[in-house]
Amino acid sequence: MAILSSINPVLMAGATSDDGWQLKDYVARGGYEMLRKILSEKIPQEQVIGEMKTSVLRGRGGAGFPTGLKWSFMPRSFPGDKYVVCNTDEGEPGTFKDRDILRYNPHSVIEGMAIAAYAMGATRGYNYIHGEIFEIYERFEAALDEARAAGLIGQNIQGSGFGFELFAHHGYGAYICGEETSLLESIEGKKGQPRFKPPFPASFGLYGKPTTINNTETFAAVPFILKMGGESFLNLGKPNNGGTKLFSVSGHVNKPGNYEIPLGTPFSTLLEMCGGVRGGRKLKAVIPGGSSSPVVPGDVMMDVTMDYDSISKAGSMLGSGAVIVMDETTCMVKALDRLSYFYYEESCGQCTPCREGTSWLYKIVHRIENGQGRPDDLDLLSSVTNNIMGRTICALGDAASMPVQSFIKHFRDEFAYHIEHKRCLVPRDVQWAGSGFHQPPAN
Amino acid sequence: MLEIEIDGKQAQVADGSTVMDAAQQLGVYIPHFCYHKKLSIAANCRMCLVQVEKAPKPLPACATPVTNCMKVFTHSELATKAQKGVMEFLLINHPLDCPVCDQGGECQLQDMAVGYGDIKSRYQEEKRVVFHKKVGPLISMEEMSRCIHCTRCVRFGQEIAGVMELGMSSRNMHSEITTFLGRTVDSELSGNMIDLCPVGALTSKPFRYSARSWELQRRKTVSPHDSLGANLVVQVKHDKVMRVLPFENEAVNECWISDKERFSYEALNSEQRLTKPMVRQGGEWKVVPWNVALDYVAHALRDITATSGGDSLAALASPSSTVEELYLIQRLVGALGSGNIDFRPRHSDFSADDYRAGIPWLGLPVAELENQDAVLVVGSFLRKDHPLLAQRLRQAAKKYTEVSLVSVTGDDQLIKLHSQITVAPSALVTVLASIVKAAAQINAVTLPIGLPEVDVSTEAVAIAKSLVSGEKAAVLLGNVAEQSEDAAQIRLLAQFLAQVVGASLGVLGDGANSIGGYLAGATPKGANAKQMFEQPRQAYLLMGLEAESDLYDSQIALSALAEAKLVVHMGAFASDTVMKYADVLLPTSPYTETSGTFVNIEGRIQSFSGLVKPLGETRPGWKVLRVLANILNCTGFDYNSSEEVRDEVFGKDALFATGLNSTLQGLNLNVVPRTATLQRIADVPIYFTDALVRRATSLQSTHDARQPTARMNGLTLASLELLSGQMVKVKQGGGSADLLAELDDKVPSNCVLVSAAHWSTAQLGAMFGPISVERA
Repeated sequence: MAILSSINPVLMAGATSDDGWQLKDYVARGGYEMLRKILSEKIPQEQVIGEMKTSVLRGRGGAGFPTGLKWSFMPRSFPGDKYVVCNTDEGEPGTFKDRDILRYNPHSVIEGMAIAAYAMGATRGYNYIHGEIFEIYERFEAALDEARAAGLIGQNIQGSGFGFELFAHHGYGAYICGEETSLLESIEGKKGQPRFKPPFPASFGLYGKPTTINNTETFAAVPFILKMGGESFLNLGKPNNGGTKLFSVSGHVNKPGNYEIPLGTPFSTLLEMCGGVRGGRKLKAVIPGGSSSPVVPGDVMMDVTMDYDSISKAGSMLGSGAVIVMDETTCMVKALDRLSYFYYEESCGQCTPCREGTSWLYKIVHRIENGQGRPDDLDLLSSVTNNIMGRTICALGDAASMPVQSFIKHFRDEFAYHIEHKRCLVPRDVQWAGSGFHQPPAN
Repeated sequence: MLEIEIDGKQAQVADGSTVMDAAQQLGVYIPHFCYHKKLSIAANCRMCLVQVEKAPKPLPACATPVTNCMKVFTHSELATKAQKGVMEFLLINHPLDCPVCDQGGECQLQDMAVGYGDIKSRYQEEKRVVFHKKVGPLISMEEMSRCIHCTRCVRFGQEIAGVMELGMSSRNMHSEITTFLGRTVDSELSGNMIDLCPVGALTSKPFRYSARSWELQRRKTVSPHDSLGANLVVQVKHDKVMRVLPFENEAVNECWISDKERFSYEALNSEQRLTKPMVRQGGEWKVVPWNVALDYVAHALRDITATSGGDSLAALASPSSTVEELYLIQRLVGALGSGNIDFRPRHSDFSADDYRAGIPWLGLPVAELENQDAVLVVGSFLRKDHPLLAQRLRQAAKKYTEVSLVSVTGDDQLIKLHSQITVAPSALVTVLASIVKAAAQINAVTLPIGLPEVDVSTEAVAIAKSLVSGEKAAVLLGNVAEQSEDAAQIRLLAQFLAQVVGASLGVLGDGANSIGGYLAGATPKGANAKQMFEQPRQAYLLMGLEAESDLYDSQIALSALAEAKLVVHMGAFASDTVMKYADVLLPTSPYTETSGTFVNIEGRIQSFSGLVKPLGETRPGWKVLRVLANILNCTGFDYNSSEEVRDEVFGKDALFATGLNSTLQGLNLNVVPRTATLQRIADVPIYFTDALVRRATSLQSTHDARQPTARMNGLTLASLELLSGQMVKVKQGGGSADLLAELDDKVPSNCVLVSAAHWSTAQLGAMFGPISVERA
């Protein structure tokens, strides 16, 4: 995948292909200027955090929490080790942006983390990289080697007296390790299971020390924000939704891939950039923010702009910016079957509602898809999701429930049809045609 | 202090309390599975979800800290809906076949399903199946499909037992509690996991399917197996002990017991019990009625003492005998004109006997152990000898207590040790002397007179520093220190150390009544436990002992017993060796079949009553002694109950023993240098300590009950030109044993660890004496 197209690109400007990732290229694009400037001019920490607040950069990992505010929670005066951790455990179905940032512009993340460490008084950092994208881990290690050799991370950076050690750490592919506290457990060498909060990582994080965890894209944006100023970054997007964002578009579009566009860009524009729906078919539904965000019907989506607030108004979430496009050939029951299987498989098994609930959800949906649905299954599904949501240790339970609730909410008829007629509302040959396979299977 | 209101009831709770703490303080019940007051908070079962004012979601009571003026509702609609939702999830994959589950009737899930479960399940899919695991003879993991993943067992291992033997592998609904790669669970505290398991996943292998919980009567008693005196609940069906569980007593055993205490009951019902009095006549054993047996004993005792004097009689009792038994036996022996009585069969140095300032004890209450700043344990197989005291120290070391160990092996105590010194038993005195020297130098005190010339190692300085800097400190002498041939000098040095650093001095005690024996007066007025065999007597009265296993030097004892005219054996069992040396066998009750008293190592007087009828013709030991005394026309033996005997010893209603003081007065430091010969180190393995555990079949199948080997470190092996795995002949005096040589670098140089108390090593001599090893 590459960065296929963009509007006013910031993060990936000039870094859209495989030959521009190295230090020299990044420096040629103006990289590490901000880090050098901050260190040489000893810009106060508050000023850096203030600039981040002005930019209204919202966390790009999914929750959309304002980054500047998060940084200000860090107890800067705490004596002893503090950590900044980058979350590149990109494992949610539909999301594939962080790997491209690390592949094409890894130094922006290194610089962003170094600046973040400076702003929060941290001395150590880890970038936790998903286990299934090992070549990205190797790329990041190569970039780290370059940065270390150039004295941009390590002890006494550029003679400033500020030191920051940064390490890459790869997981083994468990989705749950993208949850920030299980990510910390995993770095500590333990089984990746979320911790109960409070205490939050800002007070009790990695090895029990204050820790701030941000998404890869969030860190990558930091140098650019400081360079152009928070205000200008904010103005790229729209109020309360600052800057540009990478969108990973997948599914039934002609050109699936990553697109960097300003927040607030209409979805229709993004769809156009992607070459429209494949085969000119009708848009049926869109999951706008990764598989855990509620599905939005196609006609509603066409009126939505791509930013946190608008998508929230449409009843979903911008999440990580993974846009899954589904055309009219899609069987929504089958789609939910796949999604539910994912959450069932990836539940860590620690707390009861998620461990038992996700498997139950999957079993019911799978049954409906296979013609064994029962009349009260839809009520049962919504009751089970209600029993999971808000009662688990981490958000995976909610993430598993929201697709189920939204799929049933918007496509109830299709589910009811499945249950009643033991087959799909979308004829099988249509499904197969949409799937891209040439031969429809014998019935 | 924080204000909190739960269901309209108000309370003030300490800062840092959780909602669950506050609820318990208020007596409000919040349903829970994973929460346990002694374990860390996991918050994974979600059963304790409650409504907190202003919180949009229900919160787990166990993990939610109280904030000031918090209002909590445990029965509101939001709370009950959440609790019922969780209960449904817990039940969907749980087999709903309580009638065939061993836990049925005492299952927390079953109980709570009544309160929070639905009448009918909405779950109609296939249930999860989890394969059974084999984890050893004590815990059954036969029905792991019942597991609700509360991880109490996992946290118990990590936190209480000090070793993580169970863990949760895999994820999602396929998560499983399992051991690492099929290993067994070997912790000496493992049985507590069975109690902790809220469902029928972990059950007791020996007890499984032998009774229903509602058929069992619960009776309280005290453990006879170590000096702590853990409080027990013995469960009885039809006059048979079916199971032993802990009785919670925060001051003694908290809510735990060791596996030894839990599973030793198997021997109570074993075929090997001695159930009828027997007399040897013409080399043949004859079963006789009690009156005949006692008449026989009385006549023989009278004859021998009349012709050869009282001094020809000696009595030795097990330190696990009750106070009543010990009191009566010493009075009986005294009435027959003998002062040869002792209750410390595994001790070897009695030179402190005339200098005791009081009765040696722990030096502080058991519960105070965790409030010490520094603790030094000298000469102890701590974890195996005192599983629950070790557990207390383990918890203490996690907080701020600096625990140091000077002992004869480097075995892992699973305690975070501050410092550790491992030396040969003969060098314990020198090490202690060096710590005394270091401490005296730190505190600028003059060295005690007679302190040997020693070099001070860095570890010795570290230990001394830790003891000096601690405001509360304790020096504790373990079984090795007490059983050592230098016991008196070790105690004296420990006493100097305690004085110099301002610590308390105590002993850990090697029997259930290691204090009670002194209080009962069962201490020698004539020959002690060693002398009575070194200078053989004509008649011996042995109570609760098997000479080949329970004595410091079984070799000398067995030869004295073989020559004696009369050996009377009182006990619940009689081994083959006992059958060889004894002339009369009197079946006396084990702890469940007699009333009696144990005084634990902190001086706590704990009386118990008989729980079941004595098996066969067995009679309580105190009654046997009383009747024997009556036949012998001794005066003052007209006791009607064991309580009368007890009251005579302690006075009425005494709860704690008085006159406790571990120090010595008037004894001079006189460390005798020992010649450097190959020395034996003898531990008493945890499941060989007394006649009862030696016959508990499940315990005997554990890893801890394996055959003794000759353990040596690499240097010793090399110097003897031996290889690990070779058969060797170890020799002491005229006796020998063929054992497997085993490399163990935790054993100090020039020492061979050969366990005592096992039949295979019974021919050997002194537990800490010289030994020779050669290829077999």
